[in-house]
Amino acid sequence: MILRLVWRNLWRNRRRTLITMASVSFAVLLAIVSKSLQSGTWNYFVSSIVGYYTGYVQLHKQGYWDEQVLDNSFVLGDSLREALSKDVASTYTPRIESYMLAAGDELTRGCLAVGVDPERETKLTRLREKLVSGSYFNDDGLIVSEGLAERLHLAAGDTIVLLGQGYRQTNAAGKYPVAGIARFGSPQLNEGIVFMQLNQAQELFDAAGRVTSVVFMLEDRHGLDAFTDSLAGYRTKGYEVLTWKEMMPQLVDQMTLDVGGFYIQIGILYLVVAFGIFGTVIMMTMERRFEFGMLTAVGMRKSLIARMLMGETLLIAILGTICGMLLSYPVVYYMTTHPIRFTGEMARAYESFGFEPVLPSELVWSNFLGQGAVVLVIALVIGLYPLVSLTRLNTTEALKR
Amino acid sequence: METVISTKNLFRTYNPDTIPVHAVNDVSITFGRGEFTAIVGPSGSGKTTLLNLIGGLDTPTSGSVEVNGTDVSHLKANKLIDFRLHNIGFVFQSYNLIPVLTAFENTGFIMLLQKASKEEREKRVMDLLEQVGLGDKAGSRPRELSGGQQQRVAVARALASRPQFVLADEPTANLDSVAASNLLDIMEKLNREEHVTFLFSTHDQRVIDRAYRVVTLEDGKVIRDENKRNG
Ligand SMILES: Nc1ncnc2c1ncn2[C@@H]1O[C@H](COP(=O)(O)OP(=O)(O)O)[C@@H](O)[C@H]1O
Ligand SMILES: [Mg+2]
Repeated sequence: MILRLVWRNLWRNRRRTLITMASVSFAVLLAIVSKSLQSGTWNYFVSSIVGYYTGYVQLHKQGYWDEQVLDNSFVLGDSLREALSKDVASTYTPRIESYMLAAGDELTRGCLAVGVDPERETKLTRLREKLVSGSYFNDDGLIVSEGLAERLHLAAGDTIVLLGQGYRQTNAAGKYPVAGIARFGSPQLNEGIVFMQLNQAQELFDAAGRVTSVVFMLEDRHGLDAFTDSLAGYRTKGYEVLTWKEMMPQLVDQMTLDVGGFYIQIGILYLVVAFGIFGTVIMMTMERRFEFGMLTAVGMRKSLIARMLMGETLLIAILGTICGMLLSYPVVYYMTTHPIRFTGEMARAYESFGFEPVLPSELVWSNFLGQGAVVLVIALVIGLYPLVSLTRLNTTEALKR
Repeated sequence: METVISTKNLFRTYNPDTIPVHAVNDVSITFGRGEFTAIVGPSGSGKTTLLNLIGGLDTPTSGSVEVNGTDVSHLKANKLIDFRLHNIGFVFQSYNLIPVLTAFENTGFIMLLQKASKEEREKRVMDLLEQVGLGDKAGSRPRELSGGQQQRVAVARALASRPQFVLADEPTANLDSVAASNLLDIMEKLNREEHVTFLFSTHDQRVIDRAYRVVTLEDGKVIRDENKRNG
């Protein structure tokens, strides 16, 4: 009976109920869409940034990250390779890297010399696609970043000399042809990096079979925790497993800040909607004062009336939230598959950093459920108002007309 | 006649600290089972306040109200609501009914709160709707009924719970004279045939003429108490 009352009361002022539900739906829709945009943008940024070079996760010898020297390298033997391809549900690429001096005909500059497996490397960081001239490695040719090549006045086919220290402080020096020039979105990379083939670099550094890091890529950042868990076993065997969050803490700070700002925005949205619903609830409660007085007079306990009212608010909130979620699904789906593109100044700025000029979005269940839950909680809190006014209700006063 | 309600030195005073208004001023009165009594008096004389005190809707400033030997002025909130549920039927001036329920559901509502069984409820509700002449309106919502029909449903609802007595505060105030006399006919019939005790307030002379006992209030005091049953 209470249920029947709740249901019928809901439709007693059909227009108001629908408007309230619609505003709940709208809030949910807006919240989910903006949350999807926000998290989609971050997902895109993070995947782009880790895709430049760092990867989502790296495996090093214990202590390498704090002291990035060749002496902290480790042997990537057949057994470890086998273990990695068996244990780990992700592609990986091995690297050996060290700071060296690079010299052209006249000039010398510091650079990061990185030995990579060309095929694996391009799978992870799309190195091949970044070539602007020359070819993607050849016999013993190197890939030089565009900025460095310009400073050293090098072009494909010229010769570059690398000088520095190898493994265990040996002297390392070599002379190589430039196979190709690559352009990187990140200025830091573009200004000073040289890619060599892995065995070539190991030879230069006198570090046969050794690497400084193994880099892992993931589908997206949401699988990160599960993935690092799967690598946990290596931690006890003298390796360190670092995520992008540990390797790029500034980025995490930035993200926290951004998410904070997002919550302020969305908080304002919620506040506006909350006041809208609150207004309806106040009106509804005032209109029904006499009815509540009559009900308590004839013997209905306030707790029972309260249950009825809570049921009404809950139903409006739940139906509104579900509608909002259902509506936002196609919207978010569309925005994920057809991201909004922008043009002009902003687009050029994005492109210069190697980002696509789009507003990416992502379709993630947690966004739907999270925002839906927030709106529900707000509606429930508002639903407390009629309960409070009910406990204060004085039957004789309410019955006065 | 067996006493159902008795008040002793009943006061209900508003603004006791500034300019006190004694809405009910030292009323000691008893009502017996089976009465058909009108509380009359001009507007502001204290009719509503007295009925509210008797019905346990309001708390006296001093004095006591006993219903069947229970002092209702000292019951705690929920006890009091339950007491009303099982002992007192109410009919108000208007808007007695729950707008979203049918006449049938409205009439059965209090029985439902009393947790009466479905069969018992349906039987009694249909029986009462017949008695108030609305057997064919069982499925109608309040807004589909006239004011007089709504008041008759309210009377049926008040009776459905088998209360000790029914309190009706100006039940005919919003009705035209035909509907008012119709309602009074029904109340009188129920009083006569079912021995339901009715206590109603009014300031309508035609309604007053129908009562067997007339209690007149002025400024919260009982100034006259006439028994006309045999007169
Ligand atoms: N809440 C209140 N505050 C102050 N005075 C009130 C209040 N309620 C009723 N009164 C006063 O009590 C008196 C009796 O009122 P009421 O019982 O409603 O009379 P009636 O029903 O006979 O018209 C009136 O003078 C009225 O002004
Ligand atoms: Mg009155």
